Amino acid sequence: MNQPARADRQYISQGSDWNFELIARYDEEIGRLAQEFGLDTYPNQIEVIRSEQMMDAYASIGMPVGYHHWSFGKHFVEVAQRYQRGEMGLAYEIVINSDPCIAYLMEENTITTQALVLAHACYGHNSFFKGNYLFRTWTDAGSIIDYLLFAKKYIADCEERHGVRPVEEILDSCHALMNYGVDRYKRPYPISAEEEKRRQRERQEYVQRTLNDLWRTIPKAEAAHEEEESFPEEPQENLLYFIEKNAPLLEPWQRELVRIVRKIAQYFYPQRQTQVMNEGWATFWHYTLLNALYDEGKVDDGFMMEFLSSHTGVLAQPPYDDPLYNGINPYALGFAMFTDLRRICDQPTAEDHEWFPDIAGAPWREVLSHAMRNFKDESFILQFLSPKVMRDQRLFGVIDDESEDTYEIAAIHDAQGYRRVRELLASQYNLGDQEPNIQIVKVDVRGDRSLTLAHEQHARRPLHAENSREVLKHLYRLWGFPVRLESLSDGEAVEVRTCPELEPEPED
Amino acid sequence: MTYVIDRRLNGKNKSAVNRQRFLKRYKGQIQRAVADAVKQRSITDMERGESVSIPAQDVSEPTFGHGPGGRRTVVHPGNREFVAGDRIKRPEGGSGGGAGSASNQGAGEDDFNFQLTQDEFLEVMFEGLELPNLVKRHLKGSDSFKRVHAGFSNDGIPAKLNVIRSLRQAKARRLALCGGPKKALANARLLLEEAERRGDEVTAKKLEKEIEDLEARIRRVPFLDTYDLRYNLHIKQPIPTSKAVMFCLMDVSGSMDQQIKDMAKRFYLLLYLFLKRNYERIEIVFIRHHTVAKEVDEEEFFYSRETGGTVVSSALKLMAEIVEARYAPDEWNIYGAQASDGDNWNDDSPICAETLMKRILPKVQYFCYVEITKRDPQALWAEYQRLSEAQPELFAQRRVSETGDIYPVFRELFQKKVEAT
Repeated sequence: MNQPARADRQYISQGSDWNFELIARYDEEIGRLAQEFGLDTYPNQIEVIRSEQMMDAYASIGMPVGYHHWSFGKHFVEVAQRYQRGEMGLAYEIVINSDPCIAYLMEENTITTQALVLAHACYGHNSFFKGNYLFRTWTDAGSIIDYLLFAKKYIADCEERHGVRPVEEILDSCHALMNYGVDRYKRPYPISAEEEKRRQRERQEYVQRTLNDLWRTIPKAEAAHEEEESFPEEPQENLLYFIEKNAPLLEPWQRELVRIVRKIAQYFYPQRQTQVMNEGWATFWHYTLLNALYDEGKVDDGFMMEFLSSHTGVLAQPPYDDPLYNGINPYALGFAMFTDLRRICDQPTAEDHEWFPDIAGAPWREVLSHAMRNFKDESFILQFLSPKVMRDQRLFGVIDDESEDTYEIAAIHDAQGYRRVRELLASQYNLGDQEPNIQIVKVDVRGDRSLTLAHEQHARRPLHAENSREVLKHLYRLWGFPVRLESLSDGEAVEVRTCPELEPEPED
Repeated sequence: MTYVIDRRLNGKNKSAVNRQRFLKRYKGQIQRAVADAVKQRSITDMERGESVSIPAQDVSEPTFGHGPGGRRTVVHPGNREFVAGDRIKRPEGGSGGGAGSASNQGAGEDDFNFQLTQDEFLEVMFEGLELPNLVKRHLKGSDSFKRVHAGFSNDGIPAKLNVIRSLRQAKARRLALCGGPKKALANARLLLEEAERRGDEVTAKKLEKEIEDLEARIRRVPFLDTYDLRYNLHIKQPIPTSKAVMFCLMDVSGSMDQQIKDMAKRFYLLLYLFLKRNYERIEIVFIRHHTVAKEVDEEEFFYSRETGGTVVSSALKLMAEIVEARYAPDEWNIYGAQASDGDNWNDDSPICAETLMKRILPKVQYFCYVEITKRDPQALWAEYQRLSEAQPELFAQRRVSETGDIYPVFRELFQKKVEAT
């Protein structure tokens, strides 16, 4: 990391003040380097905002793109605060996965931090969004902004017409079910705002009519119990979709809200599965790009000191017994993995040749690019987590079985344990395992119109009691009739929850 | 191609932050933060704005997730001593390195901090409070009049001239005065024509003279006369305002140690700020007492260091005297607030109760008593108890043992009562 001779150095800036011209220049330099490294990005749209607008976001009004909901604001603020303390908590809200890619710079930052954001978001995250297969499959980057604007305007109109509180209530309920608003196995159609506007009016008219067909219940008097068609015919995993189409008591505008949240959930779906990779990739590139800038003599030591202090803050990983421990830091893990991948390409050891015969010694840019494009967190870890990273992080796997009264250490970072640790860690990022498997199995069309859901327990893991109760209340609000959630283990219902809650039967 | 957009708000318009929506959403937290701040602040510092912190987790977003139980595997970093196959005892309680599912956030959750301005702070502090039973309204002072349009008058100054009415009157006068002559004139002209046609010179001459006279007469009637002028009239209507006076009775006897005095002062300071903020016209009478009572000004009330024994009735008597002298009950809404540690000369307590019952309570809208002590209630408290049972609408008493209790008690005493329909 030696800079060129003093005479050749031409710092882009010195000190901590920034202005728009400097931002443009930094963007030019970093963009040039990014291109040299082969990063393919959408055009960037950088928006400079003030800290008060953060509070706007918190109050659910402010984000230039994105509808008003306080939870988005809350996340935005959390992230922005980490930002201010030098931690680069750039979650997806500060970078919008779209074409052009929108990133936010806070007015209060120093020029170093602005440069850091440029490298991290505008080139790191941006190239990830453009390249990774999940994003390419699940989002149409060109139309998402339009759709978000449509959603924002529609929701603002609803607030005016029906009041802030009713809209907020529906949105709260939809958000509680957001993780179950995705068709996991169907490829979605790209969202187009023009289409949406046109179709929305049609929907309003047709929906009520089809609904009435479903709910016409003139019970056949004393007729023989025919084989009743069960509804739904197959279990439905996309709860929001089911509600949107079938909830009997929703107004058309409420249905539209459900649909909007569903579409947004779909938009965010890839992000949930690529946290480690996305952050690791962006961190790796901000590190690489800014160091390259330093090597060219374009930034001074002061810049680097500030940058490195920020950078190391982000990568903090307290060990498991530290009071500050809060799980594995995706930035730390992702960065470690990408950095190690580069090392395996540039300077492989014998162990690397044994573990990664295909990539040891290969050109690092191609390898990293290939990894970024074709994997998600689970598969990325399963494929590329190296023994060295496991040793550095001293990873170990613990089995916590309720039926036993001790924890069991499944594997540690030694020769016998590497594969197992890797498997265990990968499964931790498998959404299918981590999120409870809940599906709609029955609607009592002719009776009390109640909705029944089935939760298939995996490895005897029960649902979180308090949260489930809250979510069921939300579901009840949307459905309008009683809802029932059964937890099944090996086909037997081990736990049943309903909303409204049934009174306990009196003892006989 | 990179676009850089400046979305910061331009200097001119205020921040588009809809603070009201934000404050409404987090009302609970803000109120709690304010209550905490009031508890901790020094008396001189009571009025400034405050930094409020909202814990990130407080705004919960439930989703379906796993609870504890079943069989789960987790990978952690930082192994120092374990080997595969080790068994570790479960820790008591929930610690043991967060054996939860994969975390989505790397670092810990953070609080959101923002600043309440002084005004907002005071508003939240005194939200939902009012002086109870504020009913008597009466005239007071010369600046409580308003000008009201009250028709028209015949006298006035040129600035108040009502042009249209004046001209209308003038027209009416002209019609009245010229009506007869004009008719006669028309008549005469007709006759003149006839006479001229007949060739009757004598009649014609006579008629011409008559017409001339009539025309002159009409010309003499003025277009506008002073009698015609009309002016707009305004009168002053008094605006009734409520007059209220608050009596602050503080016990500064020797039995009140520094801490208790401090708490009493806090109470009165809250009261003072509340009154100043919410009521335009309110007078406050400060009375300090130990064995004798003295009316003082604000400075002395809060800062003086005099001390002595305890005779509570002295303060009550002084209050009654002042009321009789200066504040007629039919004009003034009278309130009283008394703070003491309850440690009164025993024989004196019944006198207090009697003074209150006979001389004070009949005249006041509301009287509250705050006892600041950690000890058990004594005679004074018991006497007052009887009073508050007898007249719960007029008399309220509360005990305070710690600084933290003052603000909630204050709020209780002055809580807005829901209007009975």
